[in-house]
Amino acid sequence: MSKYSEILFRPVFKENPIALQMLGICSALAVTSKLYPTLIMCVALTVTVSLSNFFISMIRNITPSNIRIIVQMTIISSLVILVDQALKAYDYETSKTLSVFVGLIITNCIVMGRAEAFAMQNPPGVSFLDGFGNGLGYSVILIILGTIRELFGTGTILEYEIFPLVQNGGWYVPNNFFLLPPVSFILIGLIIWALRAWQKDQIEEPEFRMSQNSPEIVPNPPPTPSSKASS
Amino acid sequence: MPKINKDSTLNITFVGIGLCLLCSAIISFIAIQLRSVQENNVVLDMQKKIVSSAGLDEVYGSVENAMSNIKTLIIDLDEGEIVDINPDTYELSKELREDGKYKFLSAEEDVASIKKREKYSKIYIEYKDDEINTLILPVRGYGLWGILYGYLAIEGDFNTVAGLEFYEHKETPGLGAEIDNPTWKSLWKGKKIYQANGEVSLKVIKGSVMKTSNNFSYEIDGLSGATLTCNGVTNLIAYWMGSDGFLNFINNLQKADV
Repeated sequence: MSKYSEILFRPVFKENPIALQMLGICSALAVTSKLYPTLIMCVALTVTVSLSNFFISMIRNITPSNIRIIVQMTIISSLVILVDQALKAYDYETSKTLSVFVGLIITNCIVMGRAEAFAMQNPPGVSFLDGFGNGLGYSVILIILGTIRELFGTGTILEYEIFPLVQNGGWYVPNNFFLLPPVSFILIGLIIWALRAWQKDQIEEPEFRMSQNSPEIVPNPPPTPSSKASS
Repeated sequence: MPKINKDSTLNITFVGIGLCLLCSAIISFIAIQLRSVQENNVVLDMQKKIVSSAGLDEVYGSVENAMSNIKTLIIDLDEGEIVDINPDTYELSKELREDGKYKFLSAEEDVASIKKREKYSKIYIEYKDDEINTLILPVRGYGLWGILYGYLAIEGDFNTVAGLEFYEHKETPGLGAEIDNPTWKSLWKGKKIYQANGEVSLKVIKGSVMKTSNNFSYEIDGLSGATLTCNGVTNLIAYWMGSDGFLNFINNLQKADV
């Protein structure tokens, strides 16, 4: 049992797709200016990644390795189209807000990455769990971003007024910067910092080290009268 | 299950074709199942915008009730007269592609920067006791990033604004997109369009309108940080309320000559 909960919850904090694997960042920038569309996006992605993992894993033993990427893409894009169609039918307002970003789940690296890294080697049940867990990991970060951005950008959470705006006779001047995509970069950076301060093993070995100031590492030969003369 | 060679050409062909057929069948089936719901959503969404531009959803309690009191008509913009065309088949994007159904605008005519203007326009009229109570007119014009599409609702005197609602635009969230802000939209109600001499004077100004201003009933508070969007709104009002827009039709209505 613990094995399953490990598969389900490891991607939430320990191997978060956004904060550790750095995947799926573009949609995290694009759709998080309001919390409600963010939630819908999280559901859409979680459904897609869970089901795509499930189906890809189901046919993994007959999938020819030469065309496996195409097979995965076919399944993923079919699922995304279904999600998009369902959204257009049952939540038209939000589907207008999310516009192309639902369609762009096809190119979301999390979905493809989990298919290739997990579903191709594991049975359908655990693949489904793995997909669901990664969807949760993605959702956690997006919900944090969506909450902060909506709160400081428009003073509301889920359209419910938290900070009364100056325009409506309150005191809060909305910070428009929070409505622009770059703020997500900064927030994701801060989240990664916080996560790594908590889970020290996420800190990667630096790829290179700055060399020390040269006198300590390459001690200069003591100046001799001759070298002085030559310079 | 017999062991199959999954990398054989036969299996590649089989899996490839089989998967594509299966996926396309499922998608087609679902898409057809959901189509009527989706089309309904689009129609409902448009009706909601039309009705709420005039605030009629509150008057009648619901969009459906309001729509039952609203008549959809096609008018000829140049003649200013109602023409006998089925409004259900009318689509603005189609009109603007078909030769003879639109005209190109010269630079000085094109106040709202829309390049082409359709010959026929689809308008909505709300009747109360057989009298025209509200006229809802489609307007559009260039804002900052793209064309703003909306509905301007005018009361039965054909001069007082009942409301303005945009249903499509590409303005910056938090700045230009505040044209969707309910507080700002509520400023439009009761404003006047034409001066006594017939000139279109309604405009969005920079900053707030002074209560003591002579033009108080012709001016709307500007949105801070959205000067170009506001200019776009001013221009589209000037264009569509002018002689190239709905002025001919409004004049005919006033003469009760329709």
